[in-house]
Amino acid sequence: MSGVFSPTRAKIKERTLRTDKWWLQPLLTFGVLFSFVIYATFRAFENKNYFVEESHLISPFYSPCLSESCEPAATIGGWTPFSAEIFNFALSPALIILIFPLGFRMTCYYYRKAYYRSFWFSPPACGVAEPHEKYTGETRLPLLGQNIHRYFFYAGLVFNVILTYDAIISFRNKEGEWGHMTLGSLVLVLSSALLWFYSLSCHTCRHTVGGRLKHFSKHPVRYKLWTTVSVLNTKHQQFAWFSLAAVAFADIYVRQVASGAWSNPIFF
Amino acid sequence: MARSIKLRIWRGDSTDGGLKDVVVEANEGEVVLDVIHRVQATQMGDLAVRWNCKAGKCGSCSMEINGKPRLACMTQVASFGEEETITVTPLRAFPIIKDLVTDVSFNYKKAMEIPAYEPPAELAPGEARMEQIDVERSQEFRKCIECFLCQDVCHVVRDHEENKKSFAGPRFLMRMAELDFHPLDQRKTRKQEAQEQHGLGFCNITKCCTEVCPEHIKITDNALIPMKERVADVKYDPVRWLGSKIRKREGL
Ligand code: SF4
Ligand code: SF4
Ligand code: FES
Ligand code: FES
Repeated sequence: MSGVFSPTRAKIKERTLRTDKWWLQPLLTFGVLFSFVIYATFRAFENKNYFVEESHLISPFYSPCLSESCEPAATIGGWTPFSAEIFNFALSPALIILIFPLGFRMTCYYYRKAYYRSFWFSPPACGVAEPHEKYTGETRLPLLGQNIHRYFFYAGLVFNVILTYDAIISFRNKEGEWGHMTLGSLVLVLSSALLWFYSLSCHTCRHTVGGRLKHFSKHPVRYKLWTTVSVLNTKHQQFAWFSLAAVAFADIYVRQVASGAWSNPIFF
Repeated sequence: MARSIKLRIWRGDSTDGGLKDVVVEANEGEVVLDVIHRVQATQMGDLAVRWNCKAGKCGSCSMEINGKPRLACMTQVASFGEEETITVTPLRAFPIIKDLVTDVSFNYKKAMEIPAYEPPAELAPGEARMEQIDVERSQEFRKCIECFLCQDVCHVVRDHEENKKSFAGPRFLMRMAELDFHPLDQRKTRKQEAQEQHGLGFCNITKCCTEVCPEHIKITDNALIPMKERVADVKYDPVRWLGSKIRKREGL
């Protein structure tokens, strides 16, 4: 018997004496993350309905579209370095790029807290004994690998630029003339804006802009940046959820429009 | 207006023990420590409880109230429902001595293992000058009252006795961060030591320390995560490692 049941500790048989609904938070987190993973997996393999040519909408799950199977208008200037097939299986363009946003969120300090608690019960909630006999945390592989979060952060910035570009080019009409807008443009703007807030509030961002300094007084500009990012950082959890929801919704929206289920209202 | 409330208090020692039900008067505005004292004065003369300031500043009255690590002197009786039984136990991460008193010496041992502040050699005592914005960051951590509620709740040691030897706990990893942020501290190896000797890697940033801290110190966000990032700088980031070999940028 280890942990709270160790021989030296006060003899209490309950694994927690908490009387509040401590299980609710991990349950909700599990529910939402699990649904997202299921949906994203389905979409990543679906390999269609990710592009609406006439309103220039591309799903964030499929952008940048780098496969030879991509419709030319969905690519970035026709650049398709990846083959459409791998070992005779059709390779969805989403699968080529998925590792970056996925890796970014998997190694995010906030999501780590969320899934360590809700998927791994380590711990399920504060003061509730975890079920595991042994625990080494992030001291060894594979979890030691969480330390590469900064590289995913850099990649995430590149993706933000691309998705912002996607949002901008949606301000065109069927003929490709600028100065027009559809509901889809709004959806893409919202999701790329929230992605920026998510990235800029990241702990690695906070560290990079100024957190690693010892002498703020010698770096006034970086100190100012650090102060700003620190404010955003306190809302990182909220940005994590809002941006996830916005990206999922943008994908659903594009999918529905592309498949003809929804129409894409034109504002002007 | 006095009313009767139901308490369940853990009584016992290292050999055995259990929860005992009592009914006791509580006056308006009283805290859990007050009613524990009333139980001690009227019904359980030998009830052991540690306390000192009754003002949330000495960190002595740490215990677990309805399963949550809290200061008994800062927990209002009125924050519980009229009919609710309030369960009071000793801290569950440390060895029990008697009733509500545990042996917290683990924490003193860990405190001693943290290498002390190393001032610049050329400065005589009293000569150090620092700018406010340089010390601000570590000042948050100086609010710590050493109640060890964070040390108690941290699952790394609470749920795994065997990790106690290799993990300093949030309070002392925060101390490592405080010194690493310190503009005048001369010790160059704190990041490596935090990771290799004091167990920073055990922390999985699940934030229970932050949740229970009565001083509302953002232990995880402001000390542990920044420290993990600093460790990544020197140990897990090949680009920065290379950069540090090419141009010396210590003490930025
Ligand atoms: S955030 Fe880290 S140090 Fe704090 S309680 Fe959780 S595991 Fe322990
Ligand atoms: S950091 Fe907070 S919880 Fe931990 S010992 Fe200090 S005051 Fe108590
Ligand atoms: S994205 Fe969450 S901490 Fe970096
Ligand atoms: S008695 Fe001092 S903190 Fe409670």
